[in-house]
Amino acid sequence: MSNMAGTPGDITRRQMLRRIGLTALIAGPGAGLLSACATSGTSPAPATSAAPSASGAVSAANPFGVAADAPLEVVIFKGGLGDSYATEVHEPLYKKAFPKATVKHVATQQIAQTLQPRFASGEVPDMIANSGTDLMDNGALQQEGQLLELTELWDAPSIDDPSKKVRDMVAPGTVESGLIANKPYLMNYVFSAYGLWYDSALFEKNGWTPPKTFEEFKTFCEKVKAAGIVPFAYAGKNASYYAYWMILISAAKIEGNQLLVDIDNLVDGVWKRESVKQSAAAWAEIGKYMDKSFEGLIHTEVQTRQNQGKIALYPSGSWLENEQSSQIPKEFKYALTPTPSVTAADAMPFEAIRAAAGEAYIVPAKAKNPKGGLEYLRIMLSKEGARGFTQKSGNITVVTGAADGLELSPGNASLSAAQTAAGVNIVTYSSFENWYKELETELRKHTNALMFGRISADEFCDRMQKAADKSKADSSITKQNRTV
Amino acid sequence: MRHGRYPFIIGFLAAPVLLYVVFVVSPYLQAFYISLTDWKGVSANPRFIGLENFSRLLDDEVFWAAVRHHGVLLLAMPLVTIVIALFFSFLLNLGGGQRGGRMTGIGGSQVYRVIFFLPQVLAVAIVGVLFQTIYRPDGSGVINGLLGKIGIEPVGWLIEPGLALWSIIGVVVWQAVGFYVVLFSAGMSSIPSDVFEAAALDGAGRFTLFFKITLPLLWDTMQVAWVYLGIAAFDCFALVQVLSVDRGGPDNSTTVLPMEIWRTAFNFSKFGYASAMGVALFFMTITFAALTLRVTRRERIEF
Repeated sequence: MSNMAGTPGDITRRQMLRRIGLTALIAGPGAGLLSACATSGTSPAPATSAAPSASGAVSAANPFGVAADAPLEVVIFKGGLGDSYATEVHEPLYKKAFPKATVKHVATQQIAQTLQPRFASGEVPDMIANSGTDLMDNGALQQEGQLLELTELWDAPSIDDPSKKVRDMVAPGTVESGLIANKPYLMNYVFSAYGLWYDSALFEKNGWTPPKTFEEFKTFCEKVKAAGIVPFAYAGKNASYYAYWMILISAAKIEGNQLLVDIDNLVDGVWKRESVKQSAAAWAEIGKYMDKSFEGLIHTEVQTRQNQGKIALYPSGSWLENEQSSQIPKEFKYALTPTPSVTAADAMPFEAIRAAAGEAYIVPAKAKNPKGGLEYLRIMLSKEGARGFTQKSGNITVVTGAADGLELSPGNASLSAAQTAAGVNIVTYSSFENWYKELETELRKHTNALMFGRISADEFCDRMQKAADKSKADSSITKQNRTV
Repeated sequence: MRHGRYPFIIGFLAAPVLLYVVFVVSPYLQAFYISLTDWKGVSANPRFIGLENFSRLLDDEVFWAAVRHHGVLLLAMPLVTIVIALFFSFLLNLGGGQRGGRMTGIGGSQVYRVIFFLPQVLAVAIVGVLFQTIYRPDGSGVINGLLGKIGIEPVGWLIEPGLALWSIIGVVVWQAVGFYVVLFSAGMSSIPSDVFEAAALDGAGRFTLFFKITLPLLWDTMQVAWVYLGIAAFDCFALVQVLSVDRGGPDNSTTVLPMEIWRTAFNFSKFGYASAMGVALFFMTITFAALTLRVTRRERIEF
């Protein structure tokens, strides 16, 4: 998902209790959605957007013309990334630029529950870190005209070098990854890589090397299993998407990135292609090495076992190390290995990894201070803002070179080595996870069924094709399209 | 005297009725309206699309899976709960036979009463978290740990598609029994004791006392219990949310309508469609309650 910090680990019990408290109101035994989320009567929403927000003079330092004293409200998803990067880096930088402005900081773990009623009533904040398990549907927001188009941001001069545009300061593909209906609406900020994570100290001790092909993968699994360690695991209860990422990455390695583009575009028969079938079959073989009980465990429970040296390879993204930083033992050294090659004729080499910009930040179109929101994003995209983010959150941003000279953790160092090895062989991102949530939900379900041996690769492909066809035929879902 | 009474009654009725209209009736009406729109939850003017959401429901696989689960819940959950609760409350109130000319419960019945009622006091979310540990699918789960001691392999209580729903039904029953023990106990204590004494004098055993006297005289209470439990069977949201794999899984085997309503609204941003499910659920609940009251109607036994 694009909600990278929204790993399932952050659904704590307390959060669950709070969520239940809220939803019990809404989904009581009677008819479902009642007072808590109904529209504000039948009258149209107060047209907050109609009143032009007070603006200041446009200058080189203030390209959007932010009113110097306009208050700014920032809503941050407080998950794997924490929120100190906002309170201690970006918000102070904004205050420094506009000393007269007040910055209101809201941290939440339930973006949708917090903001959905505010969108419906028109009282929206100025900048949102839209992520987590309960993020707002960006596609729906865009269709309802609730998102501010960010072209202005990407074309604005960069804070570090006013002769360049902001879009020239970020990693290739960043702007494209935030397109909805072919226009930039999302500012994807965190640069993440996906692959199989392992403890290089443990591997060294046992003389293991990560497998490069699925043939090797199976031999590796036998060897690891013989040592009393589970070779591969993921948590089925709330992290099945960790497994489907791997299936999709392998399929893309077999066929090339066009496959992922075609999946996003709901191309007919795409899920039944040979590449998907081969990848699903290969992963289902690895699934057999998992303990059946993992399907009923959550991310943190399975992750803890890797920390204890009981699991060899764990599929996830680059935020994992930071998320686990307080849990892992001292000698534990995170390292990333790409997914093994499935066939000898794969379109991409073993070294190819999926690396993409994720973690969407948005500015609501009907905010009171949208220009302040844009400026806040521009500050985030400055070298100082990005560097501070990396220091506070342990994650690398899309801003090129911002992390240069920072001391990298073992995981980040391994990630950077993997990126160098991959070179141009980058597996592209997937957008259907945000565009078509129902399809994504189906994929989670069938991934568990496949990996825990209830269905075959063929059945997996058939069911996913059926789900994709259903989404395509559903007139209530607005179709998106991407070319790259 | 008389004309003073109406303002008094109206005064007392108006406030609750007003609250009821504002917080119950009006949201229901709004839900009916929203179910006819394509509202995505983020704008104030949804588009009217007539009955499209309802026709969509007809071939929604997940919706029908949820409806089927409500069917299973509706049959199994009240039945098991009432049978267990009846058995316990009979033991607690009348099972001890006659002592000093009075019917008594088995020894220590006061203690059991407290123990039975305890789960009812726990919030359903706590029960959910508790049973996460009890049902944990590996050897560290409470049940599987015990089974492991006698050499039985861990059972995937919540991960076997054929077993998961029954595991959740087990939790509901576990929690509900205590309340119905108390309810039935109250019902039993209101049965005049001379009826039992007369029967006991005529040589009726516990079996006869239960089936020939207690059960018929408890009919009204059981009817109430059945309706309550039936309505509870249309919920189960919190337990499914906390306990099931992937919220309603594996393979849709535990999903219920409130779960799907929640998902459709908050995950898929289809508030209109979710409301249509809510309206369907509303009619199912109403139909169930009306049917139960009608089918189980009996002549009142005066005593």
